[in-house]
Amino acid sequence: MDVEVTLRVDGTEHRVTVDTRTTLLDALRERLGNTSPKKGCDHGQCGACTILLDGRRVNSCLALAVAHDGAEIVTAAGLAVDGELHPMQRCFIRHDAFQCGYCTPGQIVSAVAMLREAQAGWPSAVTPDNPAGDAADGGPIRLDADEIRERMSGNLCRCAAYPNIVSAIEELARR
Amino acid sequence: MRPFRYLRATDVSEAVALLAGTPNAAFLGGGTNLVDLMKLDVATPELLVDVRRLTSDRVDELPDGGLRIGAATPNSDLAADPRVRRRYPMLSQALLSGASGQLRNLATAAGNLLQRTRCVYFQDVTTPCNKRRPGTGCPAVEGHHRGLAILGASPACVATHPSDFAVALAALDAVVRTTGPDGERSIPLVDLHRLPGDEPQRDTVLRHGELITAIDVPPLPFARRSRYRKVRDRASYAFALVSVAAALDVRDGVVRDVRIALGAVAHKPWRAHRAEELLRGGPARADRFRAAAEAELAQARPLSGNAFKVPLARNTLTRTLLDLAGESPA
Repeated sequence: MDVEVTLRVDGTEHRVTVDTRTTLLDALRERLGNTSPKKGCDHGQCGACTILLDGRRVNSCLALAVAHDGAEIVTAAGLAVDGELHPMQRCFIRHDAFQCGYCTPGQIVSAVAMLREAQAGWPSAVTPDNPAGDAADGGPIRLDADEIRERMSGNLCRCAAYPNIVSAIEELARR
Repeated sequence: MRPFRYLRATDVSEAVALLAGTPNAAFLGGGTNLVDLMKLDVATPELLVDVRRLTSDRVDELPDGGLRIGAATPNSDLAADPRVRRRYPMLSQALLSGASGQLRNLATAAGNLLQRTRCVYFQDVTTPCNKRRPGTGCPAVEGHHRGLAILGASPACVATHPSDFAVALAALDAVVRTTGPDGERSIPLVDLHRLPGDEPQRDTVLRHGELITAIDVPPLPFARRSRYRKVRDRASYAFALVSVAAALDVRDGVVRDVRIALGAVAHKPWRAHRAEELLRGGPARADRFRAAAEAELAQARPLSGNAFKVPLARNTLTRTLLDLAGESPA
């Protein structure tokens, strides 16, 4: 069954007809020619397809395009503005945070969103309880390597570039 | 994936009517489990009714001091809610111990409760499975069942429920509010999910077309001292082998009150009533915690490949209670 949806991708609006079965990942890659999000597992397990959907990181392989008509999408390609790389992209290059590079766009989008989540005070499974007794003060969470590893666990890297991915993100988190 | 029609209802009653009129239809929330099962051909609905915008996606105060969780609240928002973190830390911890940051952003509160088992046979349409195709048999009993049930299973099905969130809600006596073809009703969370019996295809007591609209968490002041502890093969992004949700009220060395639920041990979140009864009014001591855990697990009937879960559950529960009591192991 065909449906028409509007997607705003990396600042440009697209009107596209898709089958109801089409995921955002397939709509981006196959219909709109944006191959920045990658198809790894296609089951929400590897994170290579991570995009920002209305400002939040999600697995685009599990989101049906028809259910997100009108959405604002940012891919790793859209993080660069006017040819200027995003600071996270520069950190990944500086720290050599990849080998084959297939998971990298998903890693970078996920990392950018993850820094915002921590800034907004979102806890993770390893965020310690505040010794003062109020864990829920809502203040920004300081990101050490443990926090980064936990928060990035939805992005797999089969080359195992993890140590450099963590150090790349740590550098930006410290700024 | 099989072709399907997609509809967005204007309100809850329309969504319920749409589903009730189509036997092979399903509600779509965040889609993190359903879309995956559709790719695997495990779920083959001919109609999806999108309900993500139909119910509240926020957490609201209840007059009695509890919280009402809108069915469409993303797992991530719920876990970060300061009221949830202060009043029910185990609820926030349970959510944060599940899935990944990306999945928690898409997944809804109600969808979390209705996710299906991750038993490998259920997810593989080339194998028999009584839950997926009733009457075909259960290869897990003789096969790969390391992560599966040790409590309340049946010869027909040894699956476990995968949700962490539901385990904490079971300990907190949460109530699920629904709207169905026969109107509205409230279902205690502990009664929402079923034991498999001879109908393992039914995960819950919900009728076809019955929609979860909210989850109410009643006030429980001592749950400010509560914990969700999850044991798994990896430190992150893995389903539980065993989990414990517990709240403990100790005064003058005596257990005044306690709430315990176990996860990943049964077809439903396992509320540990027997252990709770043994603990109430007794000394808050390691030997008593361990005895209560053993009493609860006396009903366990493990399979050959998951017998390790019995001592693992015992130790995890004992350790969690000790942590909450602020004691060191005896």
